[in-house]
Amino acid sequence: MAKMTLEELRKLRAGEKQALSNREIEGKEVQVIIGMGTCGIAAGAKETMDGFVNTINANGLKNVTIRQTGCMGLCYAEPTVEVKMAGMADTIYGNVDAEVAKKIVEHHIMNKRLVNKHIFDKPAADITQ
Amino acid sequence: MAIKSYVMVCGGTGCESSKADEIYRNLHKEAELQGVSEDVQIVKTGCFGFCEQGPIVKVLPSDHFYVQVVPEDAKEIIAEDILKGRAVSRLLYKEGNLTEVKRTDGEDIKFYQKQLRIVLRNCGLINPENVNEYIARDGYQALEKALFDMSGDDIIEELKKSGLRGRGGAGFPTWMKWNFSKQVETDVKYVACNADEGDPGAYMDRSVLEGDPHSVIEAMTIAGKCVGANLGIIYIRAEYPLAINRLETAMEQARDLGLLGKDILGSGYDFDIELRLGAGAFVCGEETALLQSVEGNRGMPTPKPPFPAVEGLWAKPTVINNVETYANIPVIINKGGDWFAQFGTEKSKGTKVFALTGKVQNSGLVEVPMGSTLRDIVFDIGGGIRNGKKFKAVQTGGPSGGVITEEYLDLPLDFDSLLSIGSMMGSGGMIVMDEDDCIVDVARFYMDFCVEESCGKCSPCRIGTRKLLDYLEKITKGQGTMEDLEHMERIGTHMHKAALCMLGGSAANPILSTLKAFREEYIEHIQEGKCRAGKCKALVHYEIVADKCIGCTVCARKCPVNCITGEKKKPHIIDQDACIKCGQCYEGCKFNAIVIK
Ligand SMILES: Cc1cc2nc3c(=O)[nH]c(=O)nc-3n(C[C@H](O)[C@H](O)[C@H](O)COP(=O)(O)O)c2cc1C
Repeated sequence: MAKMTLEELRKLRAGEKQALSNREIEGKEVQVIIGMGTCGIAAGAKETMDGFVNTINANGLKNVTIRQTGCMGLCYAEPTVEVKMAGMADTIYGNVDAEVAKKIVEHHIMNKRLVNKHIFDKPAADITQ
Repeated sequence: MAIKSYVMVCGGTGCESSKADEIYRNLHKEAELQGVSEDVQIVKTGCFGFCEQGPIVKVLPSDHFYVQVVPEDAKEIIAEDILKGRAVSRLLYKEGNLTEVKRTDGEDIKFYQKQLRIVLRNCGLINPENVNEYIARDGYQALEKALFDMSGDDIIEELKKSGLRGRGGAGFPTWMKWNFSKQVETDVKYVACNADEGDPGAYMDRSVLEGDPHSVIEAMTIAGKCVGANLGIIYIRAEYPLAINRLETAMEQARDLGLLGKDILGSGYDFDIELRLGAGAFVCGEETALLQSVEGNRGMPTPKPPFPAVEGLWAKPTVINNVETYANIPVIINKGGDWFAQFGTEKSKGTKVFALTGKVQNSGLVEVPMGSTLRDIVFDIGGGIRNGKKFKAVQTGGPSGGVITEEYLDLPLDFDSLLSIGSMMGSGGMIVMDEDDCIVDVARFYMDFCVEESCGKCSPCRIGTRKLLDYLEKITKGQGTMEDLEHMERIGTHMHKAALCMLGGSAANPILSTLKAFREEYIEHIQEGKCRAGKCKALVHYEIVADKCIGCTVCARKCPVNCITGEKKKPHIIDQDACIKCGQCYEGCKFNAIVIK
């Protein structure tokens, strides 16, 4: 790489920051938890995850962590995603493909509006325990 | 494809020696085989500090913290954690004793909870061999400020506000040192970094250089800009090959990007750094001896004043600071001196990294705010004493420090409080002792070290350390007298005043402090010929308790000098004259039939 000027260093930092901030957990107010059990993966949860990562990066959001989890018992509605953030009830979305993922980021996370068509109830308490 | 998970493998020396490198390679191989190499980034990072449980692997962002990983676990980590997002529970760290199985994620581990990481901020988080990752963590932002927005005086003012004191041992205010150098008007000045780390038991400097080398490079460049120097020298011990390697890589990357070398970032300021390898003599960590060694002379201290900041390398002003001191600088410049000064005690600001070793459950590197207590460090973070034994003392400051006893467990630790109880901060080595450690033997160990390491230039140190060792050896052999104790105290006090450097000046500290805190143990050795910990060989003997011995013959077979005799299934006997007190029979006996007396 060639020698940088001050501006180039700042640009490089800004770009790298986003990439690295995905690793951090502290100070993240929004959690996106994607069901990546066998059922979720079979239903395309990996594309869903890509959808989240890409939209979050494209919008430069720094306060979101993406976590994976196992199957939450809603196998018929996979891929499922739970979004937890301040000011919104914990919400479970089902049948989330990359398109829906984009919507969830833009509506739910950025504008605090639910994506109604994809909301599911939490499975019975005894299953989640 | 975007990266979704990160697997951080510890690349510190401790973990590398337990196959971390193979784990790293296996993880790559498995990611490839299982078709996820595009989704996961596998990073070799600096020391996590939790060396007791290494090799460590951490998966982000799920924050699963795996301990004692072996290369064969790579397959399962990729298959479960990366592919399915499930933790590999058998590898998760279990807190508390091993029967009570409570599993934890990274953030919940007690080892980290009481810690505050400023110096180690990037260790375990970034890949030390990739400058971009350092830059992403606000790296070289402080340098931007120092080059374009701040004058030398502004920088010194910020350091003054921060209250930063040198972490190499003496705790000298960093801003004053820089200011002395800055005020000298001359053509050439130097900036030096002390990475000699000679204190047995301390390894925080090595971990910073291995895990976050750019932080030191950036700080030295800031120091150079501040005082008006164009060349920096890092004096690092040759026994630290990985740190040397990472530093060289980092310096090369910084040069390529124009962060080091001519006309840094187009500012017109030139600064470069050279490495000098030390041969591992303890005295070469002393700043004036270090500078002699850099100049190509034999590493021996010179009288102060003149202080290096005014007249150092080739008689030019030389700012010399310790690795950990430097690692604090970029953060102070970025966040401001006031931010830094909110942590710590009135006279010691910020944090201190301690290398916790000895008889403690979780040995490792811990960074805590100044003013934390020994109880926080040894019991909360360190998990208490191993094998349910009783706490006896902690040695801080290595061969120049002293012991801290139970009564000071709740004393807030900082530079001044440690001095007030006859120890010192030193570089931050902390060796925990339990009831099985003999205090006289510990003092003898450190004095033996000082005798070896004394450079011999001044007689108080050369002769003093030898005399003190003679007395201690006499006592451990049961031949000491009560007068010897007074002689030791007198010699030690005189050495403190007369020695040329603090190697000799503080060499007697371990003796003086143990004489104060554990005098009765010295007296036991002298008057009763007894070593309560069973460590001083001349004072103990092993006996077989006839009632308990079932005649299994294990001890007789273990004995290297064949001094144990007896018929099968009948009590055995030790021939005391022939016994060399190696203790093998004692350790081998399954029936507790052998006792130390
Ligand atoms: C015998 C002896 C050994 C020392 N060893 C080291 C060392 O290994 N590393 C270090 O940074 N300072 C060591 N010091 C302290 C240095 O002389 C000096 O105080 C320090 O490098 C100053 O840096 P600081 O102000 O950042 O602490 C040693 C001092 C003595 C007397």
